[in-house]
Amino acid sequence: MSSDTAIEVRGLRKSYGGTLAVDGIDLDISRGEVFALLGPNGAGKTTTVEILEGYRHRDGGTVAVLGQDPANAGRNWRARIGIVLQLTSEPELTVGEMVSMFAGFYPLPRDPGEVIELVGLGGLDARRGNQLSGGQRRRLDVALGIVGRPELLFLDEPTTGFDPEARRQFWELIAHLASEGTTILLTTHYLPEAEALADRVAVLASGQVVALGAPATLGGRVTQDAQVSWEAPEGRRTLQTATPTKVVAELSGQFGGEIPGLAVTRPSLEDVYLELIGADR
Amino acid sequence: MTATSVSRSGTSPADAVLPRLPGIWRTGLVRGRLEVRAFFRERQSVVFVFALPAILLVLLGSIYGHDTAVRGVTVGQLFTAGMIAGGIGATSFQNLGLTIAAERERGTLKRLRGTPLAPSAYFVGKVILVFVCTIAEVIVLVAVGMVFYHLHLPTSVARWWTLAWVFILGTIACSLVGIAISSLPSSATNSFPVITLPFLVLQFISGVYVPFNNVPPWLQHIAAVFPLKWMSQGLRSVFLPAQAAALQPGHAWQHGQTALVLAVWIAGGLVLCLMTFRWRPRGDG
Repeated sequence: MSSDTAIEVRGLRKSYGGTLAVDGIDLDISRGEVFALLGPNGAGKTTTVEILEGYRHRDGGTVAVLGQDPANAGRNWRARIGIVLQLTSEPELTVGEMVSMFAGFYPLPRDPGEVIELVGLGGLDARRGNQLSGGQRRRLDVALGIVGRPELLFLDEPTTGFDPEARRQFWELIAHLASEGTTILLTTHYLPEAEALADRVAVLASGQVVALGAPATLGGRVTQDAQVSWEAPEGRRTLQTATPTKVVAELSGQFGGEIPGLAVTRPSLEDVYLELIGADR
Repeated sequence: MTATSVSRSGTSPADAVLPRLPGIWRTGLVRGRLEVRAFFRERQSVVFVFALPAILLVLLGSIYGHDTAVRGVTVGQLFTAGMIAGGIGATSFQNLGLTIAAERERGTLKRLRGTPLAPSAYFVGKVILVFVCTIAEVIVLVAVGMVFYHLHLPTSVARWWTLAWVFILGTIACSLVGIAISSLPSSATNSFPVITLPFLVLQFISGVYVPFNNVPPWLQHIAAVFPLKWMSQGLRSVFLPAQAAALQPGHAWQHGQTALVLAVWIAGGLVLCLMTFRWRPRGDG
């Protein structure tokens, strides 16, 4: 394993009472990369991440996270990772008390005040857990995950329940952390999130990786046939082609310039994704 | 910042210079301070765990308190000694059982498990919580007894010594059993039948709510298996005049037996904790 590798997974398997949740997954995630595990509920995303976080034991395969096996990694290893969990906050402790306490667990923490500001809870230091709104609790979860200045950050379905504004702010925060060099592994079933944040995406279905790559190229998206459609005199026509430019040039010749109602489309990430997870069912 | 870059650019984590983790005592102390703060902020724990024994002592005492139990000893004094044992059980056994079950259900324990916090530092925090609450509880109950029922502070070194060891052994035994039992409720809402109810029953048969000599013998035998009966007996020997020994089974304070039973519960409780403690709720991985 090279020092540029943050996570290396080979043949990971895990089953619950005879049901295979993770069925032979391989992953290589580089340092500084933002990597998304995308898939429907029950695809094995959370199980995979919890094995990498050291919360769950695996049935088979090898796993190295920051060079160590999470199944028996110690406190020094935990000091280098950050885990964002969506939890009920401590009802009686304030935002400031929680973030400062967690900072105290780590050897090189960020400044608690700066973290509170960074996640958008500025001015709410004295607010107790049971007085926070749902969105504010999620921000506190993020604060507790990043206050230890992790090299590798795990985010499991981080924006579930966010409104669009909060989600956009959260994406900016993740981009900021990534720009500082933090390696980020996130799971999501929300496509635009993977597209907006991730350098690379692995699509999981039924415990297996069914596609892997940059969001733009996922599932051969850029190389797949394009659709050219236009208003022909006899009605709307659509042509599936590997050479859309040539088709458009020919059409332009026929129409003597503008082509009425011209549209050139490639499958959206969503089309590709649905095909990928659907094909597996 | 420089140390971070050292650990990041190291060729492997093994030869990277890892910064030192914060010490167990320091983090334990920080956690303990916040645990105590959270305890006294929460109305439920303050009323139903901390204040309840004092409220019951005033209530029961005002009904039966001025009856004579034995020459020179009032029922109120009996109640006070017993209620101190009940109070120790409340702020150790009941408090830990309920709060840890709730922490497990909320995911607090899972979150802490994902940080470099040493598990021992978590328990240092709990020890601080229990001792601060329990000492405060004993002070409040002794004060109520002195104001309402002519309870006297121990006058001899021997009695203070008895108070010290009964308090310490009793608190440790109850705490360990409380930590162990916190794993039993499948959710925090199930805590009542698993933690609160047995503790309530035990208080009735161990000489806390009812003078022990009024408890039917078969129930006395059951109570004798558990620490609470021995704690309340030990505390009566601290706060009551010598002639109150006549009310005890065997007409003696049985200090040796008390220490032995508490020690056995500490050993058993520790083994139970080590075997059963879970960071996550049951059925979750």
